[in-house]
Amino acid sequence: MAQIDIPLSGRRAQDVPVQHLDTNYLNVSKGLLSWFLTLDHKRIGVMYLLGITGAFALGGLAALGFRLELFRPGMQYMTHEQYNQFFTVHGAVMVFLFIIPGIPAALGNMVLPLMLGAKDVAFPRLNLGSFYLWMIGAFFFLWTLIGGGLDTGWTFYTPYSSTLSSTAVIQATAGAFVLGFSSIFTGLNFIVTIHKMRPPGMTWHKLPLFLWGMYATAVIQVLATPVLGITLLMLIMERALGIGIFDPANGGDPVLFQHFFWFYSHPAVYIMILPAMAIVSELIATFSRKHIFGYKMIAYSSVSIALLSFLVWGHHMFVSGQSALSGVIFSAITFTIAIPSAIKVFNWLATIYRGSVSLETPMLYALEFIWLFTIGGLTGLFLSVMSTDVVLHDTYFVVAHFHYVMVGGTLFAFLGGLHYWWPKMIGRMYDEGLSRLASITAFIGFNLAFFPQFIMGSKGMPRRYADYKPDFTLYHQLSTIGTLVLGAGILMIVYTLVKSIFSGKKAPANPWGGATMEWECPSPPPHFNFEHPPHASDPYDMERVKWDEQVGGWVPVPGYQSRVHH
Amino acid sequence: MSHDHGHGDKPFLAHHFEDEDHQFDSGKLGIWVFLVTEILFFSGLFCAYAIYRSMHPEVFVFASKALDTKWGAINTCVLLFSSLTAAWAVRNAQLGQKNRLVMNLALTIACAFGFMGIKYVEYTHKFHVGLKPGDLYAPVEGAYPEKGHGHARAVTVALDHSADPEAHDVAHEAGAGEHPVQEAHAAAPEHAADGEHGHTMVPWDDPRVPTEIKNRLKIFFGIYFCMTGLHGIHVLLGIVVFFWLLGRAIRGHFTPTYYGPVDFSALYWHLVDLIWIYLFPLLYLIH
Amino acid sequence: MSHSEQTAAQHGAHAHGDDHAHGSHHVLPRWLLLGTWAALMSLTGLTVFSAQYHLGAFDVPIAMTIATIKGLLVMLIFMHLAWDKGFHSVLIFGSLLFVWLFVGFLLIDRGQYQGSKTQFDRDVIQSQP
Repeated sequence: MAQIDIPLSGRRAQDVPVQHLDTNYLNVSKGLLSWFLTLDHKRIGVMYLLGITGAFALGGLAALGFRLELFRPGMQYMTHEQYNQFFTVHGAVMVFLFIIPGIPAALGNMVLPLMLGAKDVAFPRLNLGSFYLWMIGAFFFLWTLIGGGLDTGWTFYTPYSSTLSSTAVIQATAGAFVLGFSSIFTGLNFIVTIHKMRPPGMTWHKLPLFLWGMYATAVIQVLATPVLGITLLMLIMERALGIGIFDPANGGDPVLFQHFFWFYSHPAVYIMILPAMAIVSELIATFSRKHIFGYKMIAYSSVSIALLSFLVWGHHMFVSGQSALSGVIFSAITFTIAIPSAIKVFNWLATIYRGSVSLETPMLYALEFIWLFTIGGLTGLFLSVMSTDVVLHDTYFVVAHFHYVMVGGTLFAFLGGLHYWWPKMIGRMYDEGLSRLASITAFIGFNLAFFPQFIMGSKGMPRRYADYKPDFTLYHQLSTIGTLVLGAGILMIVYTLVKSIFSGKKAPANPWGGATMEWECPSPPPHFNFEHPPHASDPYDMERVKWDEQVGGWVPVPGYQSRVHH
Repeated sequence: MSHDHGHGDKPFLAHHFEDEDHQFDSGKLGIWVFLVTEILFFSGLFCAYAIYRSMHPEVFVFASKALDTKWGAINTCVLLFSSLTAAWAVRNAQLGQKNRLVMNLALTIACAFGFMGIKYVEYTHKFHVGLKPGDLYAPVEGAYPEKGHGHARAVTVALDHSADPEAHDVAHEAGAGEHPVQEAHAAAPEHAADGEHGHTMVPWDDPRVPTEIKNRLKIFFGIYFCMTGLHGIHVLLGIVVFFWLLGRAIRGHFTPTYYGPVDFSALYWHLVDLIWIYLFPLLYLIH
Repeated sequence: MSHSEQTAAQHGAHAHGDDHAHGSHHVLPRWLLLGTWAALMSLTGLTVFSAQYHLGAFDVPIAMTIATIKGLLVMLIFMHLAWDKGFHSVLIFGSLLFVWLFVGFLLIDRGQYQGSKTQFDRDVIQSQP
């Protein structure tokens, strides 16, 4: 039924795995409805990818808007209220609509079942339901934008959000509530899929590290997100009816809202970064052509980060009126998060060491990730010390810190993963030179945008201010120029990828030499992923595959016997 | 979508599972993970409850008297019985007893309606006497029953010795909300020294109790309506799910090898029951 | 579809995913269903009964203990946890651990900074025992 369109001169078909199929998941059925009603995890992944790209564009334009306003001191073309709305929209859209669903829902949906050699996730209908919840959440956010904007900051702190703000807080919180459930159901699906759909031979210790990261992420999604749900529900009730839970006038307590909010939102920070680390583990191993160093340590550090993430929420509240006792406890536990994070970085570096590193685009992103994440992580230590945090709290230092982690970390890893799996997803190769140039442009732009923010933050520039003293002008101008360069880099990336759809050369099944299972099915995969379910072995045994000039990609070594690695 | 049901002789086995046990185990893990999310979802309300009860115990003691223990207890029994029928329905499904399965599912639905009916009666009464959540709170005369809570009718109001105790009390308290900072400076040292002597006991309906303190009673109703309302929404969802099960049971879909949906829905229903088991003493039996 | 059947046949001998340890299909005997229900009803009666007596500091612990016993009966028997995979118990009791972490920490923190919220201190209003 399927046509193999590579020449097989002189070889039996079994020697070379099928590289392309005429009928694949992209064209197996036609029409918009076949996409909107699909239960195929790959199509759902593609739809998520389109959705989050739209959200990213919206959030990015908002950022560009207020960065241009900040180019000079004084107000140029915005009112103070508009400025508040711009940074709130940037934060809320980027967090709830882009970063949180970004890697798990878009790339995770695409890759997770393929890595397991499975036909689909455990609950395909629920998976489609999650996507529609994401859509509904996105519509609520659009409604927010049209129906009065939002100026509370993405954190919705009370009592401003519950009694003072005149913007569309209820629509926005309802949107975040619905998006929370989208995230919960994705996490639930992935937990069950990883538990129950592993192929024969894939024990927990042969699970690719991407899946360990997704599993740890899913644990957080399932445990923490419901608390956000109920918090936002209470906020809606508070705002609509004044039930008094967060209102001191009624005997309530606004600090309680911050506790509730950060009980979710701190773990949510790890929903953002754990999948990014998971991608980087794959990229580093593949492009160093070396077995990943410290497999178990990387795997367990993901899980320990997930669990520790529930014990540190109070470090967002050092100056907000929580007790000194809580401050000490949360500060101490926050230091310990550095340990599993550093374990990962050291293991990645050890993997690169003496590997045969090739700097293809995904690897470039992985290296940029290590650089940026290390800066972001180390500056986090400054903020976990209570005494320095009191000085740095709510300054641009904090802004720079979490952008280094969330953009430098998560966005760059997302882009790395996107470039890594793009040939699998679309079946086309992109222009390697152009995409490397785009990656470096984005990297330079990012550093230019955010490094000056560390300096101005430590000099006392408060975050979320629409105006500033002329002393800070230089840093703000560098930052705005950096934002424009970053934006240009992103546009180049989009251009490169879109161009590849139309004029890229056909991708082989395994263009990079990865040893995980998703590279064993054709690019793009057929509807059911695998003609014959592959047998699992060590996912980082790089000697299992060799470059084949005729195929133009990597193929399994015939009759290869895996050596024991541990 | 033909590919959904790839196994010809097993109409409800989805294509991506190997066999019925694989599908059942996956579904079972899925529903347990879902119940975990439900527990954490409700935990926020329990947390709010714990904080406010510890901050304002007198509010909870007094306001809960407006709830009718009789209806609460009856509703507990109704839900416990429905849990029994739900558990029995699983047994029927496992044993392939179609008619009894249909009967037990129908009984569960009937109990769920009974529960919601009683809740409707309770809510209607609360609204009628003005015991509504939040800003709508406007109790009519006699909203709180007179009988059975003599000890709970008292509230201790702080007195400030620096002024005339008789006249001071009400005025001082009334101003508290407006100038908390100055008040704190003025009053805190004396309090530390005087302890219990700074307080006097007055009934809740004493005219000297300032309105904003009386209005704190609405915290209780805010939490009451949030908790029971969210629980009620779960009961309604349960009704929908059990009607769906009932339809499938009548059509004979469930067999001893395929009864996952009955089992999973029953688990959800037990969790709804479990939450009520805690809500009942926490809301109705405070003293 | 022959393809799926082949797949199933290939996999038949292997453990797939987590092992298929059985116990999922335990059927509750009638006496246990009725006995559990009777115990739950009696405990409901007990908690209503005990609420008529004022035991001061013991009121809440007693009510919560009874509720927890009822909850355990529902979970272990009606929800089959006693016969089910251990992992499901880990999930549910683990989630309760997180609830305790959440509620407990907030109560501790609330108790710590309660003293600084003076406007509440002054009009502290307490129920008379």
